[in-house]
Amino acid sequence: MTLAAVYNWDFGLVLSYTHLWAKGLGVTLAYSVGTVVGGMIIGVICGLLLLVRSRWVTLPVHYYVEIFRCTPLLVQIVWFYYALPIVLQVELPDWFAAGLGLTLYMGAFATEIFRGGIISIDKGQWQASRALGMTGGELMRHIILPQATKRMIPPFVNQSIIQLKNTSLLYVVAIPDLMYTGSIIVSDTFRPLEVYTSVAIAYFVILYPLTLWAARLEARVDQ
Amino acid sequence: MTSSGEVMVKAEGLRKSYGTVEAVRGVSLEVDRGQVVVVIGPSGCGKSTFLRCINLLEEPSAGTLQVGDRLIEFGSKHSMPRGRDLARFRARIGMVFQQFDLFPHMTALQNVMSGPVIVKKMPKAEAETVARDLLAKVGLAAFTERFPRNLSGGQQQRVAIARAMAMAPEIMLFDEVTSALDPELVGEVLDVMKQLATDGTTMIVVTHEMAFARDVADQVLVMDAGQVVEQGRAEEVLLRPQNPRTASFLSRFHSTIGERKA
Repeated sequence: MTLAAVYNWDFGLVLSYTHLWAKGLGVTLAYSVGTVVGGMIIGVICGLLLLVRSRWVTLPVHYYVEIFRCTPLLVQIVWFYYALPIVLQVELPDWFAAGLGLTLYMGAFATEIFRGGIISIDKGQWQASRALGMTGGELMRHIILPQATKRMIPPFVNQSIIQLKNTSLLYVVAIPDLMYTGSIIVSDTFRPLEVYTSVAIAYFVILYPLTLWAARLEARVDQ
Repeated sequence: MTSSGEVMVKAEGLRKSYGTVEAVRGVSLEVDRGQVVVVIGPSGCGKSTFLRCINLLEEPSAGTLQVGDRLIEFGSKHSMPRGRDLARFRARIGMVFQQFDLFPHMTALQNVMSGPVIVKKMPKAEAETVARDLLAKVGLAAFTERFPRNLSGGQQQRVAIARAMAMAPEIMLFDEVTSALDPELVGEVLDVMKQLATDGTTMIVVTHEMAFARDVADQVLVMDAGQVVEQGRAEEVLLRPQNPRTASFLSRFHSTIGERKA
C-alpha cells in the first residue's frame, strides 16, 4: 500500500482559510504587476540610454544589467531587504524593500528586451528615415518604435510570466504572498501536502493561460 | 535634362576614410539645376560612399560640400551640422536606396506621406493629396493601400521614389536603385527616373545601367579606387573614353552584356 492510498486527504480544511488565500493571491498579483510595471519603466529608460553614443552613459547601464543578470535573484531580494537599509542609513518600508530587488531584476531583463527590439530593426529603416530629414526623436517615435514594440511584446510577456513565479521568493523576507500564506496555513493545519499542492495549482491556473496567450502573440508577430 | 547654370551641388576635394582605409579620395563635382549626373565605376570604387556623403549619411573627413546656399567644410574647421540642423539639411535632398527600405508598418500611401507629415508637419489631408499625385505619377494609383510586403520589388522601388519626391527635394540621389531588382522589373523603375529627368529634376545617379547613362545623363563621372578617373558628357565618356581604366571598365561591362545575350 502506498502512502497516497492510505493518506486521508482533507482539502476542505485547507481551503477553509479563504480569507488568507485571497489575501495571499492578492499580494502575489500586486507584486507581479508592480514589479513588472516598475521594471518596464526602468527597461525603457535604460534601453534608450544604451543607444546614446557615449560610454559614460552606456557603461553604467551595461554594468547594472550584468550585475542583475549574473547574481541569483534570491541573493538580490535578501540584499535589498537586509543590506541596503544599512548602506543608506534609512529605514525603508518592508513592502518596498522587498519589492526593490524584484523590480531591478525585471528592469535588467526589460532593458535587454527593449534594446534587442530596437537594434533588431533593419539599418535601412534608420537611413531611410534620416534621408527624409527626420530627427532622432521623430524616427524613433514614428518608424523604429512602432516596429520594435511588436517584437518586444512576446519576450516581455514571457519575462513577466517568469516574474510572477519569482514573486514566490518573497517568502524569504516574510511577505505574505501565496507561498508564504501557504506556510502559515501549514503551521496551523499540519497539512503540507494539501496546502503546497493547492499553492502549486493556484500558480498553474494563473500561468498556464498566460503562456498560451504568449505563444499566440509570438505566432502573430512571426507572421 | 537642361541646365539653367545655377549650381545645386558643389563638392570639392571630398574625402571619406574609415580608419586607415580611404574610400573616397578627393572627389569634386558640380551639378547645375536640372542636370542629371551618372556616377559609374567598378564595385567598391567609392561611388556609393561618395553619394552618401552628399546628404551626410556619411560624414566626409575632408573637403567642402555646398548644397543650395549651404556650404559645409569638413576636417579640422568643423561646420558639420548636428541634430535638427542636420535633419533639415537632409530634408532638402531626396535619396532612394538599393533595398527600397520602405517602412513596412505603413501602406504605400502612408510611406509617401511620412516625410511631409513627420518632418514638415504638413496637415494630413494636404500630404495625402501630394502623395496620391506622386503615386499616380509613378504608376501606382491603384496600389495606395497596399503594404510594402504585398508589392513587387519594382513597385516598392517606385513607392520609395515617390516617398523621396514628396519632400519636394532640391536634388535626388539614386544609389544603385535597380541592382536588387529582378531583370524584368528594372525597366519600370528606370522609366520613372527618366520621367523625373525630363521634368527637370536634378539627379545624381549611381548605377550600372549604361543605357540609362547614355540616354539620360548630362554628365558622367567614372570612379575607380575612390577617385574620379574620367568626367564629361555622356557620349564622350561612354563612347570615347580617354582614360585606359575607364576603357577597361566599360569593355568588361560590354562583355558581360554580350555573355548574357549569348
